[in-house]
Amino acid sequence: MPDDSMRIEVAGENALIVYLGDALSPVMADRVRRLDQQLRERLADQLIDTVPSYASVLIIYRPDRIRMEALREHLEEFGRATSAPIAKEGGSLVTLPVWYGPESGPDLVELADSNGLSVDQVVQRHHTREYRVYAIGFAPGFAYLGEVDEVIARPRLTTPRQQVPTGAVGIADRQTAVYPAESPGGWNLIGRCPVRMFDPLASAPMPVGVGDRIQFEPISRSEYLELGGAP
Amino acid sequence: MSGFRVLEPGVLSLFQDAGRLRHHALGLTTGGPMDGAAFYWANRLAGNPEGATTLEVAQGGLRLECTGDTSVAVAGAAMPLKINGQTKALWRSHRMTAGDVLELRHATAGLRTYVAAAGGFEAPVYFGSTAVVRREGLGNPLHAGQELVCGVPTDTDWALPMDQIPRYEATVTLRVVEGYQAAEFSTESRGLFYRSAFQVSPRSDRMGYRLEGNAVAVPAGERFSEGIAYGAVQVPPDGQPIVLLNDRQTIGGYPKLGTVLSLDCWKLAQCVPGAKVCFEVISLEAAQAAVEEFTATREATALKRST
Repeated sequence: MPDDSMRIEVAGENALIVYLGDALSPVMADRVRRLDQQLRERLADQLIDTVPSYASVLIIYRPDRIRMEALREHLEEFGRATSAPIAKEGGSLVTLPVWYGPESGPDLVELADSNGLSVDQVVQRHHTREYRVYAIGFAPGFAYLGEVDEVIARPRLTTPRQQVPTGAVGIADRQTAVYPAESPGGWNLIGRCPVRMFDPLASAPMPVGVGDRIQFEPISRSEYLELGGAP
Repeated sequence: MSGFRVLEPGVLSLFQDAGRLRHHALGLTTGGPMDGAAFYWANRLAGNPEGATTLEVAQGGLRLECTGDTSVAVAGAAMPLKINGQTKALWRSHRMTAGDVLELRHATAGLRTYVAAAGGFEAPVYFGSTAVVRREGLGNPLHAGQELVCGVPTDTDWALPMDQIPRYEATVTLRVVEGYQAAEFSTESRGLFYRSAFQVSPRSDRMGYRLEGNAVAVPAGERFSEGIAYGAVQVPPDGQPIVLLNDRQTIGGYPKLGTVLSLDCWKLAQCVPGAKVCFEVISLEAAQAAVEEFTATREATALKRST
């Protein structure tokens, strides 16, 4: 079946970008993941790097190993393959524990008030849904997860914080994320996760990749500390 | 042991090898030399393999004391080079003996100079690369008192033929391979971009070069963030283009007109704030041919003996 939604554009003298469509969904996230995986497995020696993100994959290649036209043909083939119907369960499922509450999440009460919900309802809405990693960027290990229930969506803070702690769990519009390191940030903070999202010294520096599925699991403050969460 | 002690680190001096590859999926950028040509020549003149770790010295102000015999080659921006107070030439290798003091004064043309030492500098490796990227917490700039380790002197002295030495101009024309959202920009807007002269903003750095000039109208609509290639020209809503370079963020959502040819990104990276930048379109085929020819020419270039 031809896939009319797929487009390939030039992104430089040795780069192409594949757009798989215009709408975000778990299915799209999984297509991006599978296309990226195919590229990494089948063209490892020809590629310099790939950047999977939301609805596209950027491919930077070695011109001494493959011509752009040949790469284009591979992309069309791989792209077609990823448009075939898929099982809903593609990608690994990763569970991330979260200590929710006003103490760990300084914006939780305000988010609940502004959205006409109780704090418990916000927490419940956040952890009863499975998310997909839509993109990784902004900082090493920063995974954009989508999409949160629209009743708990909230725009970024008007004034970003100078310092958001490592492991802070935030909401920005309909996306949610765990801060991989202390950094400035404008997301609405609702809790903290003891799992390190980015450890440059670990053999697997990140527990998740683009297209993976994420489930949050509520834990108490003492469990958070037992699991090695930063105080 | 062959090496140096840092007497003065200069304005910003960083270990750089060829860059960090295959880690974009973690959100890691590439880093690497902002001027790939000068970096290449510094290593070749020092007798090093391509991609060995060098010092990228921005603006100048570096002073090193040799702590064990070695040799160095210095290539890039016109920073007056002194060894024990004596003026020495760039674009060639120099023997260094313990106690010698090497000094790179402030650049008179260009911005970045590469110091390659025999055998390459030893530097911490993160994700397969020594490239320092401060924004990502990978490595640190040089600091006073730091000890640098490199290899023993190479047994030959080489210089780059004069006609091969690049000139760093205050006006550059950058060739752009159109792509990404180019077709979404209006004809008028693209016309204006290619007719205009922009100025390099003081807010330019290793992430990207911000340009100031006529505002280029951007196509409406929100976009999902997508992968950003080296040299991509993005235009934020204020219409002031940004050319994204070595330490660029890996993804972003601003519309992009295309991508500056890598060879021209190196020229841009030698521009100081206030320099004039123009753009012209180059076809994809011509761009690829230009890179191939450049690579072939430099590989075929014979170094000459310096005496």
